Amino acid sequence: MEALMATGIGWVTACGLYLMLRGRSFPVVLGLTLLGYAVNVFIFAMGRLAIGVPPILREGVAIADPLPQALVLTAIVIGFATTGFVIEMALRSRDASGTDHVDGQEPRR
Amino acid sequence: MMTLWDHLPVLPVLLPLATAVALLALGDGGGADAGAHGNRVLRRARWLSLLSVLAGLAVAVALLLRAADGTLSVYRLGAWPAPFGIALVVDRLSALMLVLVQVIALPALVYASGGWDAHGRHFHALFQFQLMGLAGAFVTGDLFNLFVFFEVLLIASYVLMVHGQGRQRLRFGVPYVVLNLAASALFLVGMALVYAFTGTLNLADLALRVPQVPAPDAAVLQAGAMLLLVVFGFKAALLPLHLWLPNTYAATSAPVAALFALMTKVGVYAILRVHGVVFGSGAGPSADLVQPWLLPMALATGALGVLGALAAGTLARLVGWLNVASVGTIVAALGLFSTAAWSAALFYLVHSTLVVAALFLLAELVAAQRGDAGGALRPASPVAQPLLLGLLLLLGGASVAGLPPLPGFLGKVMILQAAQGPAALWVWAVVLGVGFFTLVGLARAGSILFWAEQPLAPDAAACGAGASPRLLAPMFMLVAATLAMVVWASPIKRYVDAAAQQVTDRAAYAQAVLGDAQAQTVRPFRAGEAGGGR
Repeated sequence: MEALMATGIGWVTACGLYLMLRGRSFPVVLGLTLLGYAVNVFIFAMGRLAIGVPPILREGVAIADPLPQALVLTAIVIGFATTGFVIEMALRSRDASGTDHVDGQEPRR
Repeated sequence: MMTLWDHLPVLPVLLPLATAVALLALGDGGGADAGAHGNRVLRRARWLSLLSVLAGLAVAVALLLRAADGTLSVYRLGAWPAPFGIALVVDRLSALMLVLVQVIALPALVYASGGWDAHGRHFHALFQFQLMGLAGAFVTGDLFNLFVFFEVLLIASYVLMVHGQGRQRLRFGVPYVVLNLAASALFLVGMALVYAFTGTLNLADLALRVPQVPAPDAAVLQAGAMLLLVVFGFKAALLPLHLWLPNTYAATSAPVAALFALMTKVGVYAILRVHGVVFGSGAGPSADLVQPWLLPMALATGALGVLGALAAGTLARLVGWLNVASVGTIVAALGLFSTAAWSAALFYLVHSTLVVAALFLLAELVAAQRGDAGGALRPASPVAQPLLLGLLLLLGGASVAGLPPLPGFLGKVMILQAAQGPAALWVWAVVLGVGFFTLVGLARAGSILFWAEQPLAPDAAACGAGASPRLLAPMFMLVAATLAMVVWASPIKRYVDAAAQQVTDRAAYAQAVLGDAQAQTVRPFRAGEAGGGR
């Protein structure tokens, strides 16, 4: 399970980074979103992985760490807000400059 | 029974929040076109915003007076015990930063009320949200809420940055937003790594636990801390993460740029809190983690910033580069890792924030009076108020460059005195070199702007009759604050000395935040393991 999680997080991060380095605003937004997902799962994994264990404290029962789950919840909410904003910003920029290139101008050839 | 006095530490966050909500409910006159001075709703919004900032200043000063004798005000939200709940902590350093926020916010707000706030929707509400984020970042007592308040102030700053819209602002706005979102992702990664090896995010708790993390685990913990340094360095515009700043700050409107002068200082503050204290001396295997990195990076930032200022083509960009150079100077003082150097850093931080904010406002005042040339550094028609604006530029420039008797000089002397050992040579060379080239750059800019005049073409419209009092008043406020730093230099120095001392006292901080019964965090996977937690 650890290997699956690690490769999964790594793969999604790599895809996110690749897309973030593109020149057009839409892939960049997608890349940011992917990076956000990878980071969220990473935070979750940092609370240590355990299968079928509740995050509720009871005597003598193994528990999962509840704090990273709370952190992930907050991070997801903030991620949604910022993603929505960056899409709107990219649309405005496209509208003002007439190109969807992140520099606000077509690359000179 | 808690009185209002006990709730004081949370007010710097709640007051702007309540004001912003009220402002949103009030509306902003429907985003009328520029020149909406007569707009009743906008006028009301201005007054509400101004009163809120004045009240915020009163709260910040009250907190400063309370912190001045060394009291740590701890506010536990919902009365949850410290390492589990959210704690706000106001010590001398936090109180100083809070006062600085309000002292910058007031002139920026008055300047914006001179017409900038009518160039887009909801300027005042966003301004208040930005203040909420700034104040929150300075009072929060744990790492995750530092992230949350970073996001609050950043989301407000994204919108303020493109306030007034226009192609240039959006062009630099999109990369600014994308870079900051990437930095936020790194922040979360670094924070998660720190949590994984310490089991806590509370700064007081971290300061106790980081020293106890055994060496094999500490390697990954340090990787997390270094990631955090990348994030804070990006916010503070440290080399090599500074390239976004001059363009962004030059493209945005002047009052927003003046407020943004604070944003780099949030990064500096976070470096001091996390890397200076938690991973500072006495952190066991992780002690002095960033010492080999911070000073060289900061000195390079200062040198490059001032070279950028020499090469800048417009006055606003020049001030942006000076901002980078001044951050380099401050962080160099942090990188010396002694309380004397830290107190010098704080003194210089306060001064440079005031002066950089004033110069951003001034850059626009000058640009507005030069017709089509704007702030570009080339000969153009004479400005309407050469004596006044020229004197203000001279004052600001002399203080940034560090000429006596201005506070910039005092701050630099403190930094140079604190530089000891082999690093001293480099610090002296860079700090003095930066001062000299700052003077050269500003002298060049000033002589072109004020002396290299071209006669006014007969058909050209006169460039206004000079700035209105509402635009000049903020300049005078900031200059007065700068001069006040000279007059009261000695009490301020005593205060920052005490603040630097207090920051390094892990035990007292932990005692105040966590109390006697310092809770054990339950780490289920560590049960029965040696060396985990306490």
